Amino acid sequence: MSEMTYRDALNLALKEEMRRDPTVVVWGEDVALYEGSFKVTRGLVAEFGEERVKDTPISENTIVGVTIGAAMGGLRPVAELMTVNFALLAMDQIVNHMSKIRSMFGGQTNLPLVVRMPGGGGSQLAAQHSQSLETFFMHCPGLRLVYPATPADAKGLLKSAIRDNNPVIFLEHELLYNSKGEVPEDPEFLVPIGKSEVKRSGDQVTIVAYARMTVLALQAAEDLAKEGISCEVLDLRSLAPLDDEGIMASIRKTGRAVVVEECWRTCGLGAEISSRIFENCFDILQAPVQRVSGLDVPMPYSREIEKICIPRKETIVQAVKEVMQGKF
Amino acid sequence: METKLRMVLPDQELLKLYEQMFLSREFEESCAEQYTKGHITGFLHLYSGQEAVAVGATAGLHRDDYILSAYREHAQAIVRGAEPKRVMAELFGKATGLCKGKGGSMHLFDPAINFMGGYAIVGGQFPISVGLAFASRYRGEDRVTACFFGDGAVNQGTFHESLNWARLWELPVLFICENNFYGIGTEVHRSSALASIHRRTCGYDIPSEKVDGMDVIAVYKAVKHAAEKVRESGLPYFIEAATYRFRGHSMADPGKYRSAAEHELWKSRDPIPGYAKRLLEEGITTREALDAIEARCKATVEEAVVFAEQSPWPEESEVWEDIYV
Repeated sequence: MSEMTYRDALNLALKEEMRRDPTVVVWGEDVALYEGSFKVTRGLVAEFGEERVKDTPISENTIVGVTIGAAMGGLRPVAELMTVNFALLAMDQIVNHMSKIRSMFGGQTNLPLVVRMPGGGGSQLAAQHSQSLETFFMHCPGLRLVYPATPADAKGLLKSAIRDNNPVIFLEHELLYNSKGEVPEDPEFLVPIGKSEVKRSGDQVTIVAYARMTVLALQAAEDLAKEGISCEVLDLRSLAPLDDEGIMASIRKTGRAVVVEECWRTCGLGAEISSRIFENCFDILQAPVQRVSGLDVPMPYSREIEKICIPRKETIVQAVKEVMQGKF
Repeated sequence: METKLRMVLPDQELLKLYEQMFLSREFEESCAEQYTKGHITGFLHLYSGQEAVAVGATAGLHRDDYILSAYREHAQAIVRGAEPKRVMAELFGKATGLCKGKGGSMHLFDPAINFMGGYAIVGGQFPISVGLAFASRYRGEDRVTACFFGDGAVNQGTFHESLNWARLWELPVLFICENNFYGIGTEVHRSSALASIHRRTCGYDIPSEKVDGMDVIAVYKAVKHAAEKVRESGLPYFIEAATYRFRGHSMADPGKYRSAAEHELWKSRDPIPGYAKRLLEEGITTREALDAIEARCKATVEEAVVFAEQSPWPEESEVWEDIYV
């Protein structure tokens, strides 16, 4: 194990997989000479050269389409979209092509590709650069979607995503790039796609979270422990497929649930997960499931009003207390 | 002055072009009949009239070259080598179809013959073609990617993004625009500021030319030459083939936006009888030999229909298959 940042863990995953497999190529806006807007691709062009690490035009839909074609042609491309917000320009290739090509062509081709997208709010980047669009991708069959919370998961999930023969959308939280954690050095360390992880064990209430929401949930659980409330924090890690088994196992243990989502509340993943909990665990639930969500508003710029639009430790603590008092 | 056919290809190859065009027409007209009978449903975009483009272009490419197209692609798939009976079964929605009945008319795909798909979002195949061409170059394969599309696709963002990209990365893509002058019911000059489509590539420094898409030999020569240039230079090239569809955009379209006079003019340039006449005039073949070819094509299409009719429907459990590896 060695301590490193989420950014460096992602960088190491890319380097290890590129060393391991010559068909892995990386491209995106500013990923080569500029080494990435968030510096996740630092050092890649120096080690692997400009045929494997390529700058692209600002043409997001075509970035994804070229990635699809390259995967169909026998490569394992890893594309970077500068942020998830720009993925909206690529929704034609993501939804109409990437997610459907395998099934509509009768399973005759695989698309072993990864599209990386930094995302999330909280940096005062205003309405067009602060979105959490994970639910948009979850809604579409045919995609894998992962969103790590820790440096170790960032490394292990990106390596799994690159080795996976399905198209994987890999979300990275912009506010986690500098977060640090212990990361296994083993180049065969992989985190399975589709498996959640209990990041803190508890027995009174489950906080279901992902990415930066997991970090906040762990902070909330720490505070709540001091007040005698024992929280289990379940980090989803993969949003598609959802780990129903892991979610339900935790709820069956605690009997209560709070789902934390950074995305908008309406039709958000919290609604989906709450519904699945009600469908599968209604018999043992001791209180209605609570959601903590991003507010249903375009993100404002000003710090003082931006902060209330995104779940915080305090709002999670509040929701846990409500669910502890809640009854049917 | 037209080139003598024997200067272009050996007799057998010349007759093969005729057979492929005739088979394509027979297939499409049979599809129309099966649609009317309710055996083919959904969208059905027929290729009748445009055969010289698919046939001439495919003959000008190598078997290893990738072909991608839009949703009027039955002929491209069949001419490249897809079994007509499996294409027909796909259109019927049967389990024996090329894509197990999951794609239908607009989404034929057969990697065994390097036919890399029919795409039904206008312009969707441009970037995918560029990506395939990159993969070929990266893997050191001697392969051209031929990307077919219609005149309606040239105002999509992906067209401009992909032309720019193919030139920027120096990729072996042969863009082939089948200009049939109508995007559904909108004539090309009503949607394109510059209706001379091949001239639009100058902004991307891609050489281009226009060819008579009703003349299979002209298309063959142009594509063969272009594909050689792409192969030698590793750079993209662009061909605009002027052609015409004898039917509406799809079976749902009676095509009333086109005048009878215009239609008749193009019908008089039908690529199939025109080419038959040349074959006979230049003594390449006899009427009897052409009759035999035509009978063979008709039999192939009839067999395809019988195969499709007798094939089973997909199992219900199939809906969950093939989505993920």
